[in-house]
Amino acid sequence: MSVSKNNDPFWWTLFGAGGTISAFFIPIHVVLMGIAIPLGWFDTMDYDRYLELARHPLARLYLFAVISLSLFHWAHRFRYTLYDGLQLKHLEQYIVVFCYGIATAGTFITVILIFSI
Amino acid sequence: MESVTLQVLRYLPEEKSEPFYQDYDVPFQKKWVILDALNYIKDHVDGTLTYRWSCRMGVCGSCGMMVNDQPVLTCETFLETYLPGPIRIAPLSYFAVIRDLVVNTDDFLGKVKRAKPWLITDELKPVTEGEYRQTPDELKEYKQYSMCINCMLCYSACPIVGLDPEFVGPAAVALAQRYNYDSRDDGHGQRNKILMDDDGIYSCTLVGECSVVCPKAVDPAGAIQRYKVTGAVEWWKSVVMPWKSDK
Ligand code: SF4
Ligand code: FES
Repeated sequence: MSVSKNNDPFWWTLFGAGGTISAFFIPIHVVLMGIAIPLGWFDTMDYDRYLELARHPLARLYLFAVISLSLFHWAHRFRYTLYDGLQLKHLEQYIVVFCYGIATAGTFITVILIFSI
Repeated sequence: MESVTLQVLRYLPEEKSEPFYQDYDVPFQKKWVILDALNYIKDHVDGTLTYRWSCRMGVCGSCGMMVNDQPVLTCETFLETYLPGPIRIAPLSYFAVIRDLVVNTDDFLGKVKRAKPWLITDELKPVTEGEYRQTPDELKEYKQYSMCINCMLCYSACPIVGLDPEFVGPAAVALAQRYNYDSRDDGHGQRNKILMDDDGIYSCTLVGECSVVCPKAVDPAGAIQRYKVTGAVEWWKSVVMPWKSDK
């Protein structure tokens, strides 16, 4: 087989996807929900309409993708921060389980939260 | 005459176990590069100073050194840039030093060799069928990567190389891509084995310094990044369609 023995391409795909999606969308959320709406820069919908919007299947899928992939982006980057920044590569197995474990747990919690909106 | 001080890191294993800096004053000449100053020292001041060079025109790739902590080709780096000095000259970082400014290249060349930077063809055409032809566009695909002169500056600039000596490193990947993107080549699968495993391309965290210091604009960081994308696509293909990846 010509492909890699390890799973790095898999983690790297999630990392890349998470980086792209969070770079594009999270700033929009921060500006809209963190600044513009609380400061009342423009008239918006009321809370119930937001709730309705968030319950739409596409919105759920979107929220899932943004949150979960961002977590995996963090996990991969933090893994290499621990490897290179703190020079802990000898603890590789623990670091991998720790980082991707948190992202996986976060993903489960995300699913639960998204369906309980 | 104006002069400038070169602080040269020396290592003379048969005399001293530790490297030490030695100061040399050389006359300043506007048209001199660092290598000219070293040659002046070697010819007129201290014949024991040891370093590598050959072409004096940025082609052979043998005169790389750390000048004020930056990896450069000393034959194309002007003294004038560093005035008033002193100018610190050391062997390329992260390589084992043999003597003074001469480093051991075995490890680097081993990595390059493992990347199989040569044409690999599944089947050789008989001579009667003529040459392997290539369009200008096909040439353009890999030409940039073919400019690498094996000067190793990118290795000295890469913090991952410094932390993980097993990391395959920038130039080896750029050279692999030189052949992966060649329309006449079928060796991609063989190169994957080395480049996609532990200490391969995914150890790179895209610091990008390799491309900054490369004197030939090879952009090894770009080569690695493109390889990561290709590698990821192939990995997913092998999971979704395992019967297709048989090489
Ligand atoms: S990629 Fe550039 S810096 Fe690295 S060895 Fe080749 S020419 Fe030198
Ligand atoms: S002497 Fe050949 S590259 Fe500098």
